[in-house]
Amino acid sequence: MNVDVLIAGAGPAGLAAAIELRKLGVGDVLVVDREQEAGGIPRHCAHTGYGLRDLHRLMSGPAYARHYRLAASAAGITLRAGTTLTGWPVAGGELAADASATRSQQADEIAATLTSQSGIENVRARAVLLATGCRERPRSARLVPGSRPAGVMTTGELQQRVYLHGQRLTGRALIVGAEHVSFSAMLTLMHAGAEVTALVTDQPRHQSFAAFRLGAQLRWRVPVWTRTSVTWIAGRDEISAVMLRDERHGGVRTVPCELVVFTGDWVPDHELARLAGAELDPGTRGPAVDTALSTSVPGMFAAGNLIHAAETADVAALSGRHAAAQVAAYLAARSSGVSAQQAAVAGQAGGRDVRVPVMVAEPLLWISPNGVSPVSPAPPAGQFVLRSGTFAGRARLEVRQDGRLLKSARARLVPGRSIRLDGRWTRHVDPAGGPVQVAAL
Amino acid sequence: MTGLGRSAEPVADVLIVGAGVVGTAIAKTLARYDLDCVIADAGNDVGTGTTKANTAILHTGFDAVPGSLESTLVRRGAELLRNYAQQAGIPLERTGALLVAWSADQHADLAGIEDKARRNGYMATRYVPADELYAREPHLGSGALGALEIPDESIICPWTTPLAYATEAVQGGVRLRLRTRVVGVTAAGGWHEVRTDNGTLRCRWLVNAAGLESDRIDAMLGGSGFTIQPRRGELIVFDKLARSLVSSILLPVPTPQTKGVLVAPTVYGNVLLGPTAQDIPDRGDTATTEAGLSSLLGAGRQIMPDLVREEVTATYAGLRAATEHRDYQIRVDAGRRYACAGGIRSTGLTASLGIAEYVVKQLADAGLALRERHGSRPAPPVMPYIGQAGQRPYQDSARIAADPAYGDIVCHCERVTRGEIRDALASPLPPADLDGLRRRTRATNGRCQGFFCAARVTSLMGAPGPAPAGTSPPDTGPADGAIGNGDGRVQA
Repeated sequence: MNVDVLIAGAGPAGLAAAIELRKLGVGDVLVVDREQEAGGIPRHCAHTGYGLRDLHRLMSGPAYARHYRLAASAAGITLRAGTTLTGWPVAGGELAADASATRSQQADEIAATLTSQSGIENVRARAVLLATGCRERPRSARLVPGSRPAGVMTTGELQQRVYLHGQRLTGRALIVGAEHVSFSAMLTLMHAGAEVTALVTDQPRHQSFAAFRLGAQLRWRVPVWTRTSVTWIAGRDEISAVMLRDERHGGVRTVPCELVVFTGDWVPDHELARLAGAELDPGTRGPAVDTALSTSVPGMFAAGNLIHAAETADVAALSGRHAAAQVAAYLAARSSGVSAQQAAVAGQAGGRDVRVPVMVAEPLLWISPNGVSPVSPAPPAGQFVLRSGTFAGRARLEVRQDGRLLKSARARLVPGRSIRLDGRWTRHVDPAGGPVQVAAL
Repeated sequence: MTGLGRSAEPVADVLIVGAGVVGTAIAKTLARYDLDCVIADAGNDVGTGTTKANTAILHTGFDAVPGSLESTLVRRGAELLRNYAQQAGIPLERTGALLVAWSADQHADLAGIEDKARRNGYMATRYVPADELYAREPHLGSGALGALEIPDESIICPWTTPLAYATEAVQGGVRLRLRTRVVGVTAAGGWHEVRTDNGTLRCRWLVNAAGLESDRIDAMLGGSGFTIQPRRGELIVFDKLARSLVSSILLPVPTPQTKGVLVAPTVYGNVLLGPTAQDIPDRGDTATTEAGLSSLLGAGRQIMPDLVREEVTATYAGLRAATEHRDYQIRVDAGRRYACAGGIRSTGLTASLGIAEYVVKQLADAGLALRERHGSRPAPPVMPYIGQAGQRPYQDSARIAADPAYGDIVCHCERVTRGEIRDALASPLPPADLDGLRRRTRATNGRCQGFFCAARVTSLMGAPGPAPAGTSPPDTGPADGAIGNGDGRVQA
């Protein structure tokens, strides 16, 4: 099977990109999603707040997911749910497990293996868009010690249990984290029948909207315990208690509970990007992308929370739309006889990579996109997105290349929350210069 | 069924206490004879104690104590298990091991270790100089001076192994009694009266394969030869994307203080870092600790800095059934009609079939009548393949065409299909809980630890939720550790 564009992931970014590609006149767009139903994470987020920036109205997550499914179907996109992109085959049919294998294949098309109940099929695509999203780091990856009873989960698991599978959860719950998603987990737990004891965060204060924090405190009487770390989970088959350490004085206390939900601490689902040999950005841990959202693999683009984990769904959708325009431009250039290397114009000039990396320094954790080239477009929505590891009420962001100041802007830094930086400085970047450094002062 | 009802049970020929890898190996070995066998375990599944949490290495025994029973049985067991794994579809990869010297002292020790390997009957070791070592393991941290290659060290699936043994045993007529903790044994004429928290069992011969509880069972039979000193090992499992960083098992040079930390690929395509070694009082305490995990990361940064930069998929701890002795505690008391296979330290997985062969031979010598069963001998079952190196169902077009459930991937990180989960639930030894399903299929064991799939997996299992109303007592306080405390956990 041959398609113009293969999109991996039918969440907001993937579906918005597919719809935009059709608007731009691209013929065959195939979107695959490994879940049984397309729509991505919003499928199981029952709260409202979806659609603001991309659809200019507000709706619940499931309604938003439905909207995109219907729009994709109306746009004539081939959408296959329950279909996993299981590898990047090279000639001979072996799976590519490293960069060299993928790059050695014919650069004019990218082959992918799709696995579903209907069997195993190889497709060839002129361009690929990775929109595989992100997930929360589980307890084990956070190295929280103790025993390993049932009842420990992430928000993603919690929401699916409650909203997709109708499971009831009872008992006392502790929520690890105090950002937007943590308050969402609180509402889900209450809906499911559990009693939320507290939200705990090692940060000095919560990272969500003041209204959420007040609502939790006043309406549901759920406290937020700040500067508090989870140091132990006890219980054999089920959780019996959690041990907490107050980081101010080191005091330890034990809180009995039956459920622990680890929230936030997002990490991109970058497996397909890595197996394809795409370079990773050390900050986002997603594939490194320039402002055209082009990865280091010619013809392979990335969008959504794979490149900025985790932004809201509407930001992911806008990122998908932005990528679609770049993919369409790439395909047009390819059709006019330009090689794949040269068509990936944003990062390439005469086959030589002149992409200038954009890097951040502490307390900033990452910036997305994280590369600029002389001919690259403005970033999605004209803005770069950044994350900070610490709070700062009035910080100044400075963008410099080789010491030269390209941009200065005021910003409020909250860990886990978006910081936006107007992207018009990119035209001042010297393509022959050193990396662009973004610092918060 | 009630305890009263069970007390009327007929007298079995043999009762094996403990359904870990040693107990199930003995059960499978006895299954070919015309005997009425029962295997009992306190856990809700086979292999829930030391068996399930270890470094999953099939040893050569190159570093055993020369002349020890352990040395002999590890060598014999490895040979038997290698062959059995092939028949039963147990994931096994001969990765080889490199024992890496990081200091001049360690480098000087390599010759002695090689000599010891020869005294253990293992001749294939070879010295690997630093340049060759780094060519083979380019991600190895800097400062290695050379290594000893042990080409036959292998990695194996510690979960499929006891499940295969137990499946073969059960299909051969052995009765498996789970959630059955032995609390006392009394002699009653020609048989043992074995009291459990789940009824009374009677048997003419009793085999103690109770792992961490083997000294207590031994004491019930009048023995007093050894005491289990649980030694906890914590381990970190790294993401599959780290698998390409390492090709062989990287062993440390043991020092008088510690055996050291190893880096090893797993048959599931991950990379292990561990174990720690800490003597602890509680035989059920398989908790990881802040200090343990951080010491492992410290060691990992030296052995392979690139590894530690990858995502962590899981952490766990296992308990070795160490004793005050340097060797296995295996003996048969003909007078008491009792066999003890205790104190099987950290090599039980490798030695299991060797131990079983040895114990059964000793039982025969002590008077247990072994007559081959009429008809066909039980054959190794063909187990569902859950390794990474061979072909999994989702990769098998013919299988998906015949049954589309094998194309329906439920657990995305580990690519476990609905067909495999269905098969596990319908198998001769179905899982009792999500942990049991994990050991049979790998479902939810991957990098997301259930973010994407746990809800669907639990729905497929028919479970209402992760914390159904249970009766297990909390373990926050110091465990009293008495046999029969009803905590339903580690034994065998």
